[in-house]
Amino acid sequence: MSSNNDNSSKFSSTRRKLLMGMAALPAAPLLANTGLFSTPAFAQAPATSAVNTTGLAVTDTEVTVGILHSVTGTMAISETGSVQAEKLAIEQINAMGGVLGRKIKFIQEDGASDWPTFAEKAKKLLVNDKVAAIMGCWTSASRKAVLPVVEQYNGMLYYPTFYEGLEQSKNVIYTGQEATQQILAGLDWVNKTKGAKSFYLIGSDYIWPRTSMKIARKHIENKLSGKVVGEDYFPLGHTQFNSVINKFKLTKPDVIYAAVVGGSNVAFYKQLKAAGIDLSKQTLLTISVTEDEIDGIGGENFVNAYSCMKYFQSLDNPNNKDFVAAFKKMWGEKTVIGDVTQAAYLGPWLWKMTVEKAGSFDVDKIAEASPGIEFTKAPEGYVKIHPNHHLWSKTRVGQAQADGQFKVVFETPELIEPDPFPKGYQ
Amino acid sequence: MSKASGRTFFLRPQDIIGIVVLAFILVVVLPLTLDNFRLQFVGKYLTYAFVALGLVLCWGYAGILSLGQGVFFGLGGYCMAMFLKLEASSPANTKIQTTPGIPDFMDWNQITELPWFWEPFKSFGFTTVAVVLVPAFFALVLGYAMFKRRVGGVYFAIITQALAAIMTILIIGQQGYTGGINGITDLRTLHGWDIRTDSAKTILYFVCVALLIACILLAFYVKSSKLGRILVAMRDKEDRVRFSGYDVSSFKIFVFCLAASLSAIGGAMFTLQVGFMSPSFVGIVPSIEMVIYTAVGGRLSILGAIYGTLVVNWAKTSFSESFPELWLFGLGGLFIAVVLIFPNGIAGLWQTYIAPHLGPLFGGVAKRKATPPAPPSPGTAPAAAE
Repeated sequence: MSSNNDNSSKFSSTRRKLLMGMAALPAAPLLANTGLFSTPAFAQAPATSAVNTTGLAVTDTEVTVGILHSVTGTMAISETGSVQAEKLAIEQINAMGGVLGRKIKFIQEDGASDWPTFAEKAKKLLVNDKVAAIMGCWTSASRKAVLPVVEQYNGMLYYPTFYEGLEQSKNVIYTGQEATQQILAGLDWVNKTKGAKSFYLIGSDYIWPRTSMKIARKHIENKLSGKVVGEDYFPLGHTQFNSVINKFKLTKPDVIYAAVVGGSNVAFYKQLKAAGIDLSKQTLLTISVTEDEIDGIGGENFVNAYSCMKYFQSLDNPNNKDFVAAFKKMWGEKTVIGDVTQAAYLGPWLWKMTVEKAGSFDVDKIAEASPGIEFTKAPEGYVKIHPNHHLWSKTRVGQAQADGQFKVVFETPELIEPDPFPKGYQ
Repeated sequence: MSKASGRTFFLRPQDIIGIVVLAFILVVVLPLTLDNFRLQFVGKYLTYAFVALGLVLCWGYAGILSLGQGVFFGLGGYCMAMFLKLEASSPANTKIQTTPGIPDFMDWNQITELPWFWEPFKSFGFTTVAVVLVPAFFALVLGYAMFKRRVGGVYFAIITQALAAIMTILIIGQQGYTGGINGITDLRTLHGWDIRTDSAKTILYFVCVALLIACILLAFYVKSSKLGRILVAMRDKEDRVRFSGYDVSSFKIFVFCLAASLSAIGGAMFTLQVGFMSPSFVGIVPSIEMVIYTAVGGRLSILGAIYGTLVVNWAKTSFSESFPELWLFGLGGLFIAVVLIFPNGIAGLWQTYIAPHLGPLFGGVAKRKATPPAPPSPGTAPAAAE
């Protein structure tokens, strides 16, 4: 609660303020049109009437955005990093003078790890608070619940998590990787450097692992002429992996390819170690373990495993050094930064740059101006928004170290094009 | 409760006043004072009130504590969601899929044709019947298996809880057929009528209120009938009722099925108003939450349960908006207060402290109510609402 902002007053008072702000809006264009008041109140900032034609919560000095993540419930542990990154980005943007001369104010809502709550809160942010953009959601389920709401009320959602693809919306910017970006390059790498031909696919049982494994299987069978020797899914929160570990021992795959999420990870890697599977001999490549998860798994249980992501905290570039230092300064030395946290950090920045390019806070104009936006100060290096509202980004493979950090062993030379509806992989 | 002299049909005067006041609040006061957006929230809360209503009958009157009402809420909701999803998945809407014309999540799970049990949900008539009957049938099977064997009390509560867990696992596990953990999302139209617009939501709100009032009348009818009195007798002295020649288990099965159907109607209205259904309503936590609504309202009061649902949900929404990181503690505190300070819920507070002091309109009623056999006092739960 440390930096809780203005929204700690009751919602009714927030609404009252907004209503007052909105009541003032219709008058503004009249004044501007008469030509009598041609000098705006703020010399460098364009008039509110010009940059906000759809009644968003934009005043002459402030613009309101929403932050919508779970800070309670099972997902809180994953989503807290995203909230922190978004708050950091907003603070940095404000320190630089804000967006179009307006400071960003945020209203935070709790999705409570519950999808209907996400939908309710998204609606509240858009309808009641008139936020100019929402930074939020984490799981696919929460995004699926929020998507109809942002489409209906024409909001703008910046979604940070790597996800399964098969989706594209005018009202969403996907700042994480979609499945093909994350998967293909990693599989190519393990095939080339480790000579891997046989794969065992294991994941949690929901849409993201299933879609990812579908893509992985097609790539392994069709492009790498490899073989999938087993494929298993376990319910979320599952903690008994002994049977599948026995199958690993039986089938002896070159690579265990894992997309186990959340708390199950802890059980999975501990049991792997207990069963005597040494990850320095048995190659394991995962697409679901970031620095955040290692915090729970324990570095010693995960050492030498490979993780395929677009960002690692240990990335060696000046942008990332600044980002990590600023993040730790704001949230404490002990915090770790995972892939999604970095992607969440991109959200406010991309939105700021898009608003400035469009010269407007209007959602329609932002949606239109988004393609081609480049962020050269991104901690992951450089990103660019594709016309399909996903990001061009590099894919990297990191080898886990005992201290819970990754050593980057591979990165694609070029940015990879996002392809949410991959042909030949469906 | 003896046959009061002033009774019209099956309602006592104070019941009529209570229903009229509730209807007035829901139909006139709230729509006039709340903006559209808040009113839609109330519409959503009211769908839980159906569950609470069922629990008053099942738990308050018949003494059967079910911790699995979310299952029935979910079944009703899923029936409606299946119909709406099929309508939203017309071949024109889904032409980017490998197999157009089936719901998107089936396509993602490599299913290439509509499963047989989805077929009947193309018909709205079938769906409406299924919303009420599928959960009732489910409750019948469960009730028959349990009550005929005289499984009751805590054991029954545990079994219903297990049922909620099983149902969640089933829905999540069979994601090709159910949408898995995402649920069934992106519902759009009902017979071509766009349910996502604000005007549609307002209409659905009033439909929901009308259905709720109808269900309240039904609940009062059951309560005042001979059946209702047997239920209460059964709750207080099951053996005596049995020895008097009544088939206790049949009554229990009936009230359990009734509660299930009421919950399911709420679930279907939920899907229509919120626009999706997900397994997060089926599980153990939401099922227990629904029991809490009833407890806060007063488990012996039909109208109290409605107010309880509204109060708890309103508190949940406003706490979480004001204190996104601390709200759960506030809500927890509220529940502890209910249990410790006013165990008969809002209805108990009303009857103990407010009703006796009201003017002539309520006064006569309240005094008559306050004097009979046992004066209501916190702690003697059964007597309070009667």
